[in-house]
Amino acid sequence: MLLATYMKMEVITKMADLVKVENLSVSYKIGGGLFSQNYLKAVNNVSLSIKRGSFFGLVGESGSGKTTLGRALLNAVPISSGTARYDDGDVSYELSTLDKAELADYRKRAQLIFQDPYAALSPRMTVRDIIAEPIEVMKLCSSREEIDNRVRTIASRCRLNLEHLRRFPHAFSGGQRQRISIARALVSDPRLVIADEAVAALDVSIQADVLNLLKTLQQDMGLTFMFISHDLSVVAHICDHVAVMYLGRLVESAPTKELFKAPKHPYTKALFSAIPSLNPDDQGTAQRLEGEIPSPTNQPSGCKFHTRCPHTIDICKKEEPILQNTDRQHEVACHRWKELFNI
Amino acid sequence: MDKLLEVKNLTLKFKTDEGLITAVEDVNFSLNRGEVMGLVGESGSGKSVTAKSLMNLNAANAIYNPESTITFNSTKQEVDVLSLKRPADLKVVRGGSVSMIFQEPMASFAPSINIGKQMIEQLQLHNDISKKRAREISIEMLDRVGISDPSQRINQYAFELSGGMRQRAMIAMALSTKPSLLIADEPTTALDVTIQAQVLDLMKDLVKDFNMSIIFITHDLGVVAQTADRVSVMYLGRIIEEGSVREVINSPKHPYTKGMIAALPRLDNLGSPLRPIPGDIPSPLERPPGCVFNTRCEELVGDKCSLNTPSFTNFGETRRVACHLYEDGSDN
Ligand SMILES: Nc1ncnc2c1ncn2[C@@H]1O[C@H](COP(=O)(O)OP(=O)(O)OP(=O)(O)O)[C@@H](O)[C@H]1O
Ligand SMILES: Nc1ncnc2c1ncn2[C@@H]1O[C@H](COP(=O)(O)OP(=O)(O)OP(=O)(O)O)[C@@H](O)[C@H]1O
Ligand code: SF4
Ligand SMILES: [Mg+2]
Ligand SMILES: [Mg+2]
Repeated sequence: MLLATYMKMEVITKMADLVKVENLSVSYKIGGGLFSQNYLKAVNNVSLSIKRGSFFGLVGESGSGKTTLGRALLNAVPISSGTARYDDGDVSYELSTLDKAELADYRKRAQLIFQDPYAALSPRMTVRDIIAEPIEVMKLCSSREEIDNRVRTIASRCRLNLEHLRRFPHAFSGGQRQRISIARALVSDPRLVIADEAVAALDVSIQADVLNLLKTLQQDMGLTFMFISHDLSVVAHICDHVAVMYLGRLVESAPTKELFKAPKHPYTKALFSAIPSLNPDDQGTAQRLEGEIPSPTNQPSGCKFHTRCPHTIDICKKEEPILQNTDRQHEVACHRWKELFNI
Repeated sequence: MDKLLEVKNLTLKFKTDEGLITAVEDVNFSLNRGEVMGLVGESGSGKSVTAKSLMNLNAANAIYNPESTITFNSTKQEVDVLSLKRPADLKVVRGGSVSMIFQEPMASFAPSINIGKQMIEQLQLHNDISKKRAREISIEMLDRVGISDPSQRINQYAFELSGGMRQRAMIAMALSTKPSLLIADEPTTALDVTIQAQVLDLMKDLVKDFNMSIIFITHDLGVVAQTADRVSVMYLGRIIEEGSVREVINSPKHPYTKGMIAALPRLDNLGSPLRPIPGDIPSPLERPPGCVFNTRCEELVGDKCSLNTPSFTNFGETRRVACHLYEDGSDN
């Protein structure tokens, strides 16, 4: 291929969106009572796009809807409203209206690395069978030999000993199990990988190793990651772009360096201030958020963060701030971001 | 000093189809009342298994070495934990004076019972209180760990909660009995850092107010730095280094500890690549002879590393390192 063509393709693949989400909402039905049907809006009117081949970070408050958003992109929970478009260059789907055949195909292209390696692995299957299962279910290879080869390749990539393949998952520690789940997720050669707390259970050395591995896979195979994590140092190291969620809303979104250098939303600032320092003498730098933690079933008016924000003024209680572009792809949803910029 | 717990010569193997797995080898430590100890180290090094031993809670295929003893000084009596057999006796170290926050949050809640019912049962099992009171305490604890709408959330099932809420519900349940020892196995990994700070504050309050002791197992060294008084580092079933948090994090001595700290992603160092410790973790079925770390160590001091198990070299009152580098008393 001519270098110029190659470079042009490179630019296009870099620029094109793999996923484009617009005004997406996801609600759960809650409350078992016959007459007390309630809905919980876990993801609320979220818009974002994920570039092909990028590492997209999703951080934020526990319970803010990160896992739900990830599951919506995997078509594992129904989308209540809004759209989510997937386009990898080969195929293009609208996720809220996939038919059966499209869904079967999409399952190969979008995979999940689980948050909880304990719940994720069947105790009665050997590690080999756990990793091979997606290939078998999706009928990706026919011969046992081919399957074994594929399993072995991905297992050693995920730094599992080959002898581990014969064992059952109960005999493994949390970290080892998580590498098994990663191997299982990658064995179908997906395009989009949702990694939900995928390295949270790993020790720092294996974590570094797995992150390097994910990064290498991303670069070599053009994989796109949505990386959900509470570990902000990890996110800062590995992601190209980071979005911050609070109570179902996207409150800020920016290229990683920009976000960590100059966070604009008061929630993001509070979050960054609470990263525990490695220095035991550095105590009490975390900005404690006072005030009521709002309930997702009974959401505050106006800005969802106003019950805990240290900068709340009248308008914050009345009007919901919209996500607006500030500069250089840096978006924020706060009425006061301009005046608070230097605080 | 008021000693709450003493672990001596703890060696623990698991019987498996492929043979005996040594999960913990010759582990010794003690813990005072009101003290917070961090337990860190490699994945699979035996941290969770060690913690479960303290409640005599390991799987049925666990075999303790006969020399192993775990002594727990409850307010009433001295308990030889590993000799406890009957459920009634085990109650002392399970959920009463000793509470554990498990690494696997889903495993701690039965899927078909709502979380409130389980919290209330747990409380009533160990305290002579009414159901109404138990419910009040449970709701108050859920509130303190930052769960909104606790009186409604208490009626929900574990699967209806986000990962972090489940973890907080478990923390609330573990703390509701006001244990004298809290074993917290990766308790905050599913939490965002603002909620994490709040939960850590709550734990620190209980240490201060009730002299609770904590064994804090985590891969997050920042959390250890912010909570623990001292830290023990494990590798392949053995404690290889111990000391105050400040000393161990700022000037690690054991080559494994050095590698672990160098592998941390740091916010002040974003451009540089992450540096894992080179080499593969040996399978627990093939424990290397000599120092357990010798197959990956970059500072080998000759044959003895692969022949003899290094003994501890002490540095001051609280610092010890098991590495041949320091055996001549030098401080490399
Ligand atoms: N199956 C379900 N049924 C009812 N409510 C649910 C269900 N799953 C999640 N929720 C609720 O939806 C909201 C968002 O949950 P989600 O798991 O997406 O949060 P999260 O951002 O991933 O949190 P965490 O960081 O704690 O994992 C929470 O209020 C949660 O309780
Ligand atoms: N029931 C069991 N049967 C056989 N082996 C087991 C059993 N439980 C644990 N092990 C083994 O014991 C060793 C120690 O496991 P443990 O769970 O304590 O590690 P850990 O230090 O907590 O790791 P992590 O940081 O990943 O949680 C591992 O090699 C594990 O495979
Ligand atoms: S809009 Fe108001 S309440 Fe919301 S974050 Fe900005 S200042 Fe705080
Ligand atoms: Mg989640
Ligand atoms: Mg563990």
